[in-house]
Amino acid sequence: MSENVGIVIVSHSADVARGTALMVEQMVGHEVPLGWCGGDPGGGLGTSVEAIMAAIDRAWSESGVAILVDLGGAETNSEMAIEMLPESRRGRVVVCNAPVVEGAVMAATEAASGATLEAVRRTAEELTPV
Amino acid sequence: MMIDRQARKLLFETVAQRVIASADELTDLDRAIGDGDHGANMRRGFEAVLAAVDELAAKDLGESLKGVGTTLVMKVGGASGPLYGTLFMSLGKSLHDEVSCDQAADAFATAIEAVKARGKSDVGQKTMLDVLFPVLAVLREGGAGLPVRLKETARAAAQKTIPMRAIRGRASFLGERSVGHMDPGARSSALIVDAVADVMEGLA
Repeated sequence: MSENVGIVIVSHSADVARGTALMVEQMVGHEVPLGWCGGDPGGGLGTSVEAIMAAIDRAWSESGVAILVDLGGAETNSEMAIEMLPESRRGRVVVCNAPVVEGAVMAATEAASGATLEAVRRTAEELTPV
Repeated sequence: MMIDRQARKLLFETVAQRVIASADELTDLDRAIGDGDHGANMRRGFEAVLAAVDELAAKDLGESLKGVGTTLVMKVGGASGPLYGTLFMSLGKSLHDEVSCDQAADAFATAIEAVKARGKSDVGQKTMLDVLFPVLAVLREGGAGLPVRLKETARAAAQKTIPMRAIRGRASFLGERSVGHMDPGARSSALIVDAVADVMEGLA
């Protein structure tokens, strides 16, 4: 059996990221590799490429990692973090276009069922109005 | 133009000091239409560049520009980190110590395309691109008095973002309310162009 897809939560706020992670854990326990980060490199509100790369590492799964982000900078910094990963990992990490809390919970639920990275992403993105 | 170690150090220091000196102004602009962190973020990024300037300038121009880019990516924190980081990293991929005006224009054009892709944005959306593109056009022309023309173009282009309506970034949430304020990214780009042009003038 292959590993479940990992979930990474990236918020501008460490409190939001941690709170979202707790909600995910309540839903799926520890069946899904989980990483989260929030706050800029100075400890204020924002996001940090370095912290995102570390969160991806914590949530790493050979089946891939889905990232949920809150606002613009979190998305840009996540995309940058993906590009800075080793080439062997780069193609297996996606940023989901979905609300961070609901998206993380839905994505983790899907991931816990052993779904593929693409299916996890699709489930999270169903929450986004077209 | 030869950009030797001393010139690289002067270039990075000048750019960093100018951005740091204007951090409060950038924050004020960002407070009006964004989340008010552009100044603090840019200050943190360029303070990290200043702290490592000797080490950065010791490498050739390509590698040192990449180093500046990576530092900004890691330290800035907001979306401007990856955007400016991408700009510098891309420039570093194309440039060598001996730079002609044509080479600089080609490298800058490639770097702007990389920023566009990173920000999923384009000209006319009230972003740093609204300064970078007009600056590229002047760089392409080359010729006498280039630094002065680059500075004037950048300043005027940043002013032109005032009546624009934001489509990308945090300011886009404001829609029509973003009209009437200068884009902070356009302003920081103009500051950087201004600093680079001043160094060019001194070296010429």
